[in-house]
Amino acid sequence: MMIEEDEITILLSDLFELYGYDFTNYSKASLKRRILRLCSLDKFPSFAELRYRIKSDPTYLQRFVEEITVNVTEMFRDPQFYKTLRTEVLPSLGSKPFLRIWHAGCSTGEEVYSMAILLKELNLLHKSLLYATDLNPTVLEKARKGIFPLPHLKLYSENYIASGGIHDFSSYYTAHYGQVKFREELSEKMIFSTHNLVSDRSFNEFDLILCRNVLIYFDKDLQETVLRLFDESLGSLGYLALGSKETLKFSSVAAQYRQLNREKIWRKIY
Amino acid sequence: MAENLLTPSHRLVVIGGSMGSIDALMKLLPNLKVSVPFALVIVLHRKSSVDSTLADLFATRTRIPIREVEDKDTLEKGNIYIAPADYHLLIEQEMIFALDASEKVNYSRPSLDVTFESAADTFGSATVGVLLSGANADGTAGLTAIKKAGGLTIAQHPETAQAPFMPQHAITHTVIDYIFSMDELAAYLNSLG
Ligand SMILES: C[S@@+](CC[C@H](N)C(=O)[O-])C[C@H]1O[C@@H](n2cnc3c(N)ncnc32)[C@H](O)[C@@H]1O
Repeated sequence: MMIEEDEITILLSDLFELYGYDFTNYSKASLKRRILRLCSLDKFPSFAELRYRIKSDPTYLQRFVEEITVNVTEMFRDPQFYKTLRTEVLPSLGSKPFLRIWHAGCSTGEEVYSMAILLKELNLLHKSLLYATDLNPTVLEKARKGIFPLPHLKLYSENYIASGGIHDFSSYYTAHYGQVKFREELSEKMIFSTHNLVSDRSFNEFDLILCRNVLIYFDKDLQETVLRLFDESLGSLGYLALGSKETLKFSSVAAQYRQLNREKIWRKIY
Repeated sequence: MAENLLTPSHRLVVIGGSMGSIDALMKLLPNLKVSVPFALVIVLHRKSSVDSTLADLFATRTRIPIREVEDKDTLEKGNIYIAPADYHLLIEQEMIFALDASEKVNYSRPSLDVTFESAADTFGSATVGVLLSGANADGTAGLTAIKKAGGLTIAQHPETAQAPFMPQHAITHTVIDYIFSMDELAAYLNSLG
């Protein structure tokens, strides 16, 4: 099956007009791949059939959004990154009376639980609030529960150790029928909410914003809009953390930031 | 640098490999002339996400500018680009790279099929796809897409490959224009105008 660029454009304008979801500034190459993949998963014989289904079946919309956006995530992904959070970023914020952290595009929450573990070990969790947002309500529901598949835990625990963790990782969860549930103590300080980076405004001022592997799906214009939103939402001397291949370098806000050695972490310089 | 910007009429060469292909590339790179008139993209299966040293390793064998791709980097001719570990590498119509951290394809991320298909989509008949040594079936579907788009397909001669399965799989299951040793591949790429 083939899909033309202008067919994607038509689909995107349907989505916006009917449901208010605006994917027009997403990376076209990635969108096209995801749409073709969905057509093959759900056995649509043609683009027209997919379009018809989306227009006529609002419940299918949820599946479409879930499959078009990429939700792949893991705990302590890029251990070196978490090591820098542990040894540099969080300690430098530690003297604040109160810490506000925003995970934008948190998917199923693995990143947020990793952060809670770091904060706990640095004895900062009690004075922190972790705002975790995503445009997809289904992933947020999973994140809220803090339940992850047991087979992933081997990798997560290796990542945890590689990131400088010295505690017994299994003390943070209980295993039950092929799943693990992370301790309530970790999730007590988390606030989950839908927030669409394309259309929603800034909602607080933060000391640290993480938005990792979300911007890669946006074109440069949308990246610029979102980076400005982060800039507005970041307190003075706050930190912005992006994914391992993402960058601030194309953005107009870059001049106000200083990068921390080789990590994808930038600090506001005023 | 505007004169180096690629247009779809310039060629894009995509080399994909797996087990045994680092050695093959270490042989190929010193034999490529410095001012190649195309952009060269290298996609390799690799284990860990910490070895961005691959670009450094290859840089010891060539004077062609070489680097690992970051999100939204522009493709320019006369450059070599390495796909980063743990991301699929795509190419936008605007001749910029896009990265995608979605599910593995053929148990691999980056997957050779994904980049071959995206290259075929953007560069059409100006795409040259090369499949090197490896022990799995990734790449064959992508070469098929390149062929369909009117591009050119090349496989490393299985007898010269440390792991012959991957090029042999492509030779058996799709249309391959040339079957080359690494020396022949270098000579061919140097002859592209
Ligand atoms: C690949 S996941 C990244 C998860 C995590 N940050 C990580 O790095 O492991 C990308 C997430 O971005 C979310 N996303 C995509 N577009 C968004 C938007 N416009 N606003 C908010 N979240 C969005 C997706 O729903 C998905 O959960």
